[in-house]
Formats: sequence, structure tokens, C-alpha cells
Amino acid sequence: MIKQMMKQHLKTTWTHIRRAPYQALAATLIMVLTFFVATIFVLTAAGSQAILNWFETRPQVTAFFEDKVTMEQVDILRAKLAQTGKIKEAKYVSKEEALAIYREQNKNDPLLLEMVTANILPASLEVSTTNISYLGEIAQILRQESGVEEVIFQEDVVRSLHEWTNVLRKVGVGLIATLGGVSLLIILVIIGMKVALRREEIEILQLLGGTNWYIRAPFIFEGIFYGVVGAILAWGISYLLLLYSTPFLVGFLAGIPILPVPFLFMLALLGAEILVGALIGTLGSLIAVRRYLK
Amino acid sequence: MIKFENVSKKFGEVATLDKVNFELKPGEFVFIIGPSGAGKTTLVKLILKDYLPTAGTIKIGRINLEEIPKRKIPDYRRKIGVVFQDFKLLPDRTVFENIALALRIFGEKETEIIPKVTEVLGLVGLGERADFFPAQLSAGELQRTCLARAIIGSPEIVLADEPTGNLDLGTARQIVKLLKKINEMGKTIIMTTHNFEIVNQMKERVIELDKGKLISDQKKGKYHFK
Repeated sequence: MIKQMMKQHLKTTWTHIRRAPYQALAATLIMVLTFFVATIFVLTAAGSQAILNWFETRPQVTAFFEDKVTMEQVDILRAKLAQTGKIKEAKYVSKEEALAIYREQNKNDPLLLEMVTANILPASLEVSTTNISYLGEIAQILRQESGVEEVIFQEDVVRSLHEWTNVLRKVGVGLIATLGGVSLLIILVIIGMKVALRREEIEILQLLGGTNWYIRAPFIFEGIFYGVVGAILAWGISYLLLLYSTPFLVGFLAGIPILPVPFLFMLALLGAEILVGALIGTLGSLIAVRRYLK
Repeated sequence: MIKFENVSKKFGEVATLDKVNFELKPGEFVFIIGPSGAGKTTLVKLILKDYLPTAGTIKIGRINLEEIPKRKIPDYRRKIGVVFQDFKLLPDRTVFENIALALRIFGEKETEIIPKVTEVLGLVGLGERADFFPAQLSAGELQRTCLARAIIGSPEIVLADEPTGNLDLGTARQIVKLLKKINEMGKTIIMTTHNFEIVNQMKERVIELDKGKLISDQKKGKYHFK
């Protein structure tokens, strides 16, 4: 009986949609817009978080040694740093290892490989801290050491990325909430108009003994339809756009390995968007129908 | 079966029904007559629980209508067939679909809907018009469709609110004959009308209303309008 009722309601829902195609198009498009913006923001936020994570796993302070520095001095320095309890790792990179890294980085440019030997590259100590706020302190210790020629660290980059990610999240949540609210209102208005247009039909159904749920169901299914179709279309468009721009983004991110976006992540995003779309559709149509069936 | 006890219905200060009392037995055929504004439609809507009485009680069998909770109204209405003066058919559905709608609302199985609708279509003489849309039917055919929809769920009571109001005399007689046929199947028929020719011809029980008051209740065969 439930299966038969569902079939009946779905048929009525489809008739409602088919008979007012422009209203259906307007409702679907606004949902597409909402979910498109939402998808782009989620991808951007996830991307910047991944970039941040990548930066945090990189050596955050690098101290380059003068040629005269011995391994014993390096070991003393490592022990001194370990005593602070603020470092995660301190990795020594010898001149030979530095050359190997240099060669790997420039393997496609033979001109840059010519004339470069291990002697002209400095040995270094790559230090990562347990918290990014310790970077300045560790850099200061390294600078004061004799035999350390230069100290570089990425505090600014990481800090800026942190700030950007936070701002992006806040703006994204605000924009998605606003668009979600607008979508809800549009669904409410469109379903409300349809309910008003079908006032006589609703009255007949009530007089024949139709329950409120029997009358509400096709309108609620219609709201869900707009939400779900909008979410799927927006996800599809965003994913196509992402796949299309992946080669450009890979070049732009220059070695930061966050692309391609895993398909499972995209699938989870689709699932979440379908759920939210159905929720917006249900809520909008429920409010619209309740107003009339009071 | 149906009992009105001191039933009044007021809209603001205007009383459309004023202390109306009557009782109907199962299987009775009764005409509710009176001029426009007499309270005929109000009476029908009170039985349908579309309106609530301002005072008095209405009982259908042992049930006091006041005691039926809001969520149970659909269940109650499924036990009553209704025929409207303006037909109230869905214009975008065929005769078959309009009649089947009542069964679909009841959650009847699709396999049972086809034979039941076909049977009722035969009863009202619309077998050939099953696939027609309301716009393609005459007024008499529309009313017969409405009648078929009213009886498809085998209700004990059929309310006909001015079913002949939009029909010529010949067609009106056909509709009333059909109602009589349904009455002979054991159904209680309450028909509001101001078509006195039909009332005179049928010689059934007649309840007369005027300005909301019950002014006469004539037993079967006793009423004759001059």
C-alpha cells in the first residue's frame, strides 16, 4: 500500500512540475546557484586546509652552516634544540644530500645542473617545531650559534595561510547560510503559489477524506525534487570545472600535492549536498503547505 | 442514524441554522428544501464536519460529531459520499480518474480500483465516457460522474447538495432516479433542493427550512407543494 501511495504521489508531483515548467526551472536554478557556491567554497576551504597541513609538515626553520662546521658541533646544536622540548624533528642535510635535492628539483633543466658541485652548497639543519608559535624562538637560538651562516623560516607564510583559511571559512559559512535562506524562501514562495493555484483541488481532496499528509505529500516531494536536482547539477558542474582546471592548478601550486581531489571526497560532498538539498526542499514546502492547510 | 438536537450555526450575529431538530433512520431518502439562504448548505456542511455547530449536537449513529478529533475527520468523511451542485471534479483528470481518486485516497489496491470503477460507471450509465475529461461532458454527465465518485467507497450516507441546480428538468429527473436507485441499495440519501417538481414527483420525506429554522418535517408521501 505504501509503495502504491508513493507511486501515486510521485506521479502527481511530476504532473505538478510538468505543468509549471518555468517555476520549476526557477526553483532548480536557485538551488543550483546555492550549491555551486557551496561546492566551490567547500573545495577552496578543504584545499587551503590541505595546503596548510602540507606547509606544517615541511621543515619550518632551516639553518645553513658555514663550511668549517663539524658533525660534532651539529650534534651539540641538535641536543641543545632537543632540550627546549619545542621541536618535532631536526634533520641534518649534508652537502651531498643538498646536491642530490638540487639535482632532483632541477632535473629538467640541464643548464642549471652544470658546474654545480657539492662544495658550493651549504650543509643545513631542517627543524620542525611542535607548534608554529615556537618558530621565532628556535630561529633566534640558531642565529646565535657560531658556524650558522643563515637562518630562514616560514612563519609568515604559515601564519598568513592560517588567517586566510579562517577568513575563507567564515565568509563561506556566511554566504552559504544566506544563499540557503534565499533558496528556502524561493521554494516556499513557489510551492505556496502552487498550493494557492490548487486550492480547489485541495478542497475536493479534503471533502473526499484525503488526510493532510495525503494532500501535502506531492508538494513536499516537489520541494525535495528541486533541492536534490539542484544539488546534483551544481555538484556535477563544479566537479567538471575542477577537473578542467586541475592541470592549471597543479602548475600554480608548484609541487604542493593536493590535487587531484580524491573521488571519495567528492562523493561524500555529493551525499552531503543531496541531504541538505532535500532538507531545504522539505522545509520550504512544509512551511508553504502548512500555511494553507491550517 | 443522523440526529440533529437543537443545532444552531451562527456566523457573527447571523444565524444560518436556528435550533434545528430532526432524526433520520438508516436507508431513508429525505429532501431538505427551502429558498436560498434557508440554511440547506450549512446543514450539509455541518454533517460533513466542514463547519462546527455553534450550539446543539449532531450524532451520526452513536458518534457525536463534536467528539471526532481533527485528525480523524478524513476517516469520518470517507464514510460519507458527497454530490455537489458545481460537481467539484478535477478538470485535468478523466472521468475514470476522478472516480478512482476517491478509492486512491482510501488506499485501495490498484487491482481493485479498475473493476470497482467500471462497475460504478455502468451503474450511472457512463461506461462509454470513462476516458473523457470533464470539459467534454454535458452537465448531466458531470453530475453522474460526481454521483459515481460519491458512491464508489460504499458509504452509508450520500449527501447531495443541490445536485440538480445546474440541470434541466429532464436531466434532473435522471439524476434523482439514480439517487433513488442508490437509496434502494440501502443508502441514506439527504438531498437539498429547491426543485419542487422533483420533490412532488418523488413523494419522499421532506424537511423544510426557512431562515435557518425547521418549519416542517413531512413524512414520506405527505408533502405536496402547490
